[in-house]
This record gives sequence, structure tokens and C-alpha cells, in this order.
Amino acid sequence: MTTNTEVPRREYVDGTTAIVRGAIDAGCTFFAGYPITPASGILMAMMREIPKVGGIAIQGEDEIASIGMCLGAAMSGAKAMTATSGPGISLYSESIGLAIMGEVPLVIVDVQRLGPATGGATTVAQGDVQFVRWGTAGGYPVIVLAPSSVPESYSLTVKAFELAERFRCPVFVLTDKELAMTLSAVDVDEYPAVDGVERAEKHEGLPYSWDPVDAVDPMRRYGEGDAFRFTGSTHDEGAYITKNATKVGALNEHLIAKIEVHRDEIEMVDADFAPDAGTIVVSYGVTAGAARAAVARLRTQGVAVSNLVVQSLWPIPETALNDAFEGIERIVVPELNMGLYRREIERIAADREVIGVNRIDGGLITIDEIMEAIR
Amino acid sequence: MSVITITPVSTFRTDDPYPFCPGCGHGPILDRLNEAMIKLNLDPAKVVIVSDIGCSGLSDQYFITSAFHGLHGRSTTYATGIKLANPDLEVVVIMGDGGTGIGGTHLVSAARRNVGITVIVMNNLNFGMTGGQHSTTTPEGGITSTTPLGNLEHPLDICATVGVNGAAYVYRGSSFDSDLADRFAAAMAKPGFAVLDIWDLCTAYYVRSNKFTRAGMEDSMRSWGMEPGLLYDRDSVEYSTGYRLAHAALVGTPVMSAHPIPVGYAHSLDRPMSLVVAGSAGGKVRSASRLVALGGIRSGLWAAQRDDYPVTVKSGHSVSELWIAPGEMPLTAVTRPDVLAIISSDGYGKAGPYFAAMNSADLILTIPEHSHLETKARVVVIDPKSAPKRIPKTSMGLVYLSAALAIRNPYPLDALREAAGAGSFAEVNIEAVETGIDLAG
Ligand SMILES: Cc1ncc(C[n+]2csc(CCOP(=O)(O)OP(=O)(O)O)c2C)c(N)n1
Ligand code: SF4
Ligand SMILES: [Mg+2]
Repeated sequence: MTTNTEVPRREYVDGTTAIVRGAIDAGCTFFAGYPITPASGILMAMMREIPKVGGIAIQGEDEIASIGMCLGAAMSGAKAMTATSGPGISLYSESIGLAIMGEVPLVIVDVQRLGPATGGATTVAQGDVQFVRWGTAGGYPVIVLAPSSVPESYSLTVKAFELAERFRCPVFVLTDKELAMTLSAVDVDEYPAVDGVERAEKHEGLPYSWDPVDAVDPMRRYGEGDAFRFTGSTHDEGAYITKNATKVGALNEHLIAKIEVHRDEIEMVDADFAPDAGTIVVSYGVTAGAARAAVARLRTQGVAVSNLVVQSLWPIPETALNDAFEGIERIVVPELNMGLYRREIERIAADREVIGVNRIDGGLITIDEIMEAIR
Repeated sequence: MSVITITPVSTFRTDDPYPFCPGCGHGPILDRLNEAMIKLNLDPAKVVIVSDIGCSGLSDQYFITSAFHGLHGRSTTYATGIKLANPDLEVVVIMGDGGTGIGGTHLVSAARRNVGITVIVMNNLNFGMTGGQHSTTTPEGGITSTTPLGNLEHPLDICATVGVNGAAYVYRGSSFDSDLADRFAAAMAKPGFAVLDIWDLCTAYYVRSNKFTRAGMEDSMRSWGMEPGLLYDRDSVEYSTGYRLAHAALVGTPVMSAHPIPVGYAHSLDRPMSLVVAGSAGGKVRSASRLVALGGIRSGLWAAQRDDYPVTVKSGHSVSELWIAPGEMPLTAVTRPDVLAIISSDGYGKAGPYFAAMNSADLILTIPEHSHLETKARVVVIDPKSAPKRIPKTSMGLVYLSAALAIRNPYPLDALREAAGAGSFAEVNIEAVETGIDLAG
């Protein structure tokens, strides 16, 4: 029998719907994408929904065109988003660099599927966790958020728009086939609708500034105020191409510092610590489901174990991880790849034991597999 | 009312001299563009010059307009985004013949969309910036640094390509044309997609290795079947205008938002229950699972369903794992279902790991063809032929799940009936539910 006295207010939705709602509530007015399973649902919903808020959605002739249109639209003042899966991220690669270099706010959803190459279109994986971080030339930072449920798919999409505006950079929402397509009952009050994300804008003057090095200048938009420039080449504050070493260094250090110096504004984890726990499970994305369930089950059996779900994968939430590892001897890291994020955890874990639970056969890691690793 | 007066600008050029080699055709083309913008009396702040990569890609820095200097071949895509997001802007793309190769698909697509931008191709028949390699437009036999014995590829006819694919204004000419500024102005004034294929001389490379001259240029065009002049001029609807017109009625209508499902029943679960349907794609397995979840939610339960099927949606297997639970549950895989329904041979092929893991407390409902299962679970064979009416393939999932609910009773069957009656295909679904309940006996 239900013990709840209040009548529940639940709906039955998937992560795709939550991402689309999150984007539109955040103020997204431009979407371009190219069909690919399991991300097509976002494209189709955007085509249907975004005109309702006066925005534009377009199916590009390929992924390169799609992200290119987003970058152009963003410079005309739109808040832009695109969505794809691994093969499409591969085609985005060069343009991700352009977004970094031109300091364009852009939300990129990667609905992961099993790779490499065409891999398994309808098969879950978490193989892009390093790829999205290092997916363009140069090694400059991007921000990557990873939801682990439908409500988080909403809230982290909104957060992605906030961070994209705050830092004028591409922000990834890293999800996967299961999170995007699994229908779940969710409490509608668990993710209250937000009111749009603001863009800091100015209507005159140079398009860029990096003084101090970590400061992010308000954006210009085409057609407002006087003319201004944009370039993907190494440039000065006016977006004129330069080879002056002082200016080159200042720009490139700025692209790093604006994110690295402000890690504390980006760090996001869902921490659930048990007093006296010697073991902690560190997970992200879809795998967090089994991790949460395994931890809950072990606790009912009297086992003290802590749990940490990383929501901001990049930059690595080092402060939160270091805090979480206090008093910990063993760290269990389940993920649907052969240990791609574990290597980051190992670096921070110092001499603690780090145990991977890994799967690349298209199945989800089970509760039992994680429980076994904890024990 | 405020009156905005725009003082006409006498030049759109900055004071900086062009960076091109002596005799390079790019400079004169840019001078004609400057004249065209003066003629049109444009506001430099409302013009965006989108440049590609190459010597041609250096162009934007010499104008006082706004500029977007992006990646090689992709200039048309940025221009499209800029124009769609702000149709009031005058957007001009400057690309080399190199851009028509690496970004050829974008050019064709922009033509097909008829997006209101103007593309000027500085076509010097080779890659200037990278050292005189052959491009898509290098003539057959042309000597370049990558075709030392003569080009073996047929040159791309840019104008024909965009012309047959919907461009509104298509012109071929050369940097020496006396009326080029007028052509540019006409193209920019055109609401739709305009392409101007302007041949010019790369004095550093193509001219030197092919003894190519101004005099030979027009003859060459003709000899390769590429007529100069205004080749297409049509009035078709520009894309961003068309898009806004087509969607006007939608603007302001409500965006999909959360609608709580009414709860009118009480469930009887004290722990999560997992149900797996193993069937065939195209058999509405996922919809059946969804209706059972909705019945659960109507009874105050939580639910989640994970579906697995091949990429060919309408053939092969379709397996749906469904949890219904008294408390909120994180997303996890079903390893040992409480209930398994095998409703086709495709499904049977995927069901092995499930029934092998099940034990005596668990229930399997299966079709007669797959009644001998290596399992500890209780197996109930349901023969669809024993139903009073033939069960359509697309109802099998719901019939078997309804039978399972009738046997296990996690929540009132009326909640399932209500869920089945609330959505699309209500009649068919209600019939499937009743059939399943009857077959459960
Ligand atoms: C993706 C990519 N590949 C290759 C290059 C190198 N590249 C720079 S310019 C150029 C060719 C430019 O030729 P064209 O467009 O004809 O311009 P031109 O220099 O002749 O004016 C190439 C291949 C690049 N910048 N980006
Ligand atoms: S290399 Fe060719 S295209 Fe480039 S500036 Fe020199 S002449 Fe012009
Ligand atoms: Mg060229």
C-alpha cells in the first residue's frame, strides 16, 4: 500500500525531453543538428518546439555545417545548442576549437553510444569521456557536465547554458543512449522550471579583453552597435591576426585561465558520505544508477560505504574529490569503458587503492558487479 | 519618434594596404566589393564579411564592416547561422576555390535552401596560400605543385552546380570585369542565395606554371564550357523569410511542459518489481511496457523502462525492461526479472540470460513455441490461439503483460485499463488488456 499521504505528481519522460525543456527554459533560440541515433530525438523535438519561442531549428547537411551554423547564430546573439553522438563529435572537432578560440558560448550534447566508428548505434557506452575533453587541437580546456537522471538532464542542461555564457566557451552535456531514451517516472516538482539564462553583452568596443587574464569580457553581437571582428586565428583584443609573442601568449593563457582559475564555480558533485567508510564509489552518468543502488543495498547490510557522483567531469573537480577521499583507502570506479576516467581518479587518489569496474559489451554495469568490487 | 540618420561612408576599406602578391587578382575583387557596398549605401555595422581560409581568407581584415573569419571551407555555414539569427544583416562570404572543394556540400546546401547570403568565390584555379596545389577548379592538364604532369581531374563548374540546385543569382566573371561592382551590388540586393564565381590570377603560382594570362582567361572559360555572365536570376523565397512564415502560427504556443499523471489507485508492492518483455521490433513492445508503467504511476508507483532493439527499428528483436517500484529508483539494468514475457522467437533469442537467472518465485509467460526453457522459474504457457479473437502481433506485448499483472497484481487492473484508455489506440489497447486478463484465467 502507498504510505504517501500526499498525491504524487509524476510524469513519465526520457532524458531527451528533459534536455530539450532545459535548453528552451534556459533561453536557447537556435539549434542545428544532423540526425544520429541516439541523439536524433533532441533534433526532432527541437524542430518542433523551438519555433514556439520564436527560435530557429535546422537540420544541417552534416555535423560540420550544424555546429558552424550554431557558431554563426551565437555571434548574431542567439543562445545555441547542437546534439550528436560519437561519430558527430568527431566531425565537430575542428569547430570545437573555433568555439574555444572565438570564445563562443555553445552547448554541445553528446549522447554517447558504443564506439569506435559506427560502433553500436543503439548501444550504451561511456567511451567519450576523454574524447570530449581532448577532442580538438591544442589541448585547451572545455567544460563537461554529465547528468545521471532525468531531472539532472534538465538541470545540467540549464547549467550548461549558464556556464557557456559565464565563460564564453563550449560546454558539453555528456549523456548516453540509456539516459536519453529510458523512460522514467519523475516527480515534476523535483525539477522546477527555470527562467532564462542572461548573456552579458556590450554593444560597442573591442570584442575581446583578457585583463586580468581570467576575466571574461561581455560579448558583442552582429548588428548591435559598431562593427566588430571575429576570428579563429590567433588574435589581439580586436580580433586582428597577430604573431606578436606577448599578445599570443596573453590570449592563450586567457583561454586556459578563465576556466582553470574559476574551477570552484564549475565543480559539481553529488556526495553521499557514510561516517567511517573506508571505501568510496566514484561514478558518473548512467553508471551512477547502479552505484547508488549498490551503496544503498550495502548500507542496509550494515556496510559503511560512501558514494560520489561526479556531475562536472571537466575540469576535474579536484577539491571535491580530495575532500571525498579523506579517510578513504579504496576507491571503486565503475564506468562503461576500460577505465578512461579512472586514470584521472588514480592521479588524485595518490597511493590509495583504485579499483575499476568496467564493461564494453553494451550492457549496463550491474548492482551486483559494483557490490562485489566494494566488498 | 527618433530619427536615425546614417552618414553614408565614403569607403568600407581600412587604411591598410592588402597583403597580396604583386598582380594578385584578390585585391581588385575586394576593391569592387568596396564600391558595391558604397553604391548600396550600406551601414558597415550591419554588414558581416565571412571569410574562408587561404589568401582569400585574409580579406576581411581590410574592411571596416563586422567580420567572421572561421575555418577552411565552412564559411557558408557561419554565414547561414548569422543570417538566420538576424535576417536584417547583409552577409557576404569571401572564399577561395579551395573552399568550394572542402566545403562543397555547404555551398550546394546553401543553394538548395536559398539562404539570403552572397558568396564571392575568388577563383584562382589553385591553392595560393599553401603553395600552388591543385584545387577543384584547376583545369584538366593544369600544372600545379601537386599535378606536376598536368591535372587529371575535371574542373568543378561552380556556377552550374549551385545554379541547378536552387541559387537565386549566379554570375561568372573575372577580376577584370568593368561592371563587377554592379554585379556584386545586384547580388547583395537579391534576397536569396547569390554566388559569384570570379576568376582571378594567382601570380605566385598558377600564372607562373601555366603561362596563364588575363587574355587567356575568358577563352579558357569558354573552351571548358563555362560561359561567363549572369547565368541564373530567379525570385524564390529566401530561407529565413520562408522559415519565419512557415512557423509564424506556432510562435507563442506552449512548449511541451510537465503534466503530472493523475493518481487514482493504490498499489500493493512493498519492493520493486521487474518485468521484461522479449519480442520483435515493430510489435509495440515498448508501447506495451509504457502503458504498464503508466498504470503503475496511476497507482502511486515509480517506474522506469529501458528498451533494447537493433538500429533497424522494424525488424529483429525488441526487449523492454520495466521496473515498477514503491520508491524512487536509480536507473539500473534488470538482471533477474520477477516476470518475463516471451512473445516471439526474436524475443526468445534475447531472453536466455534472463530465464537462466530466474528462480522458483519468478514467473515466465511464454508462447507455445518456446515452452521448454532451462529455468527454475514457474513457466506458464499462454497460447494466443486460445483467445476468442485473433490477437494482432502489435498487441501481443500488452496481452502478455496484462496477463502477468492479473496473476501478480502489483496494482489494480483498473489502473491499467485507465492507462490503456487514455492514450492513442485506446480501443485496441483496452481490448488487449481485457484479452490478457481473460487468458490469465
Ligand atoms: C582543415 C584545413 N585543411 C587545410 C588547411 C590548409 N589550407 C590553408 S589555405 C588552403 C587552401 C586555400 O586555397 P584557396 O581557398 O583557393 O585560397 P587562395 O589561397 O587561393 O586564395 C589550405 C588547404 C586548413 N587551413 N584547414
Ligand atoms: S599566393 Fe597567389 S593568391 Fe596568394 S596572394 Fe600570392 S598571388 Fe594572391
Ligand atoms: Mg585559390
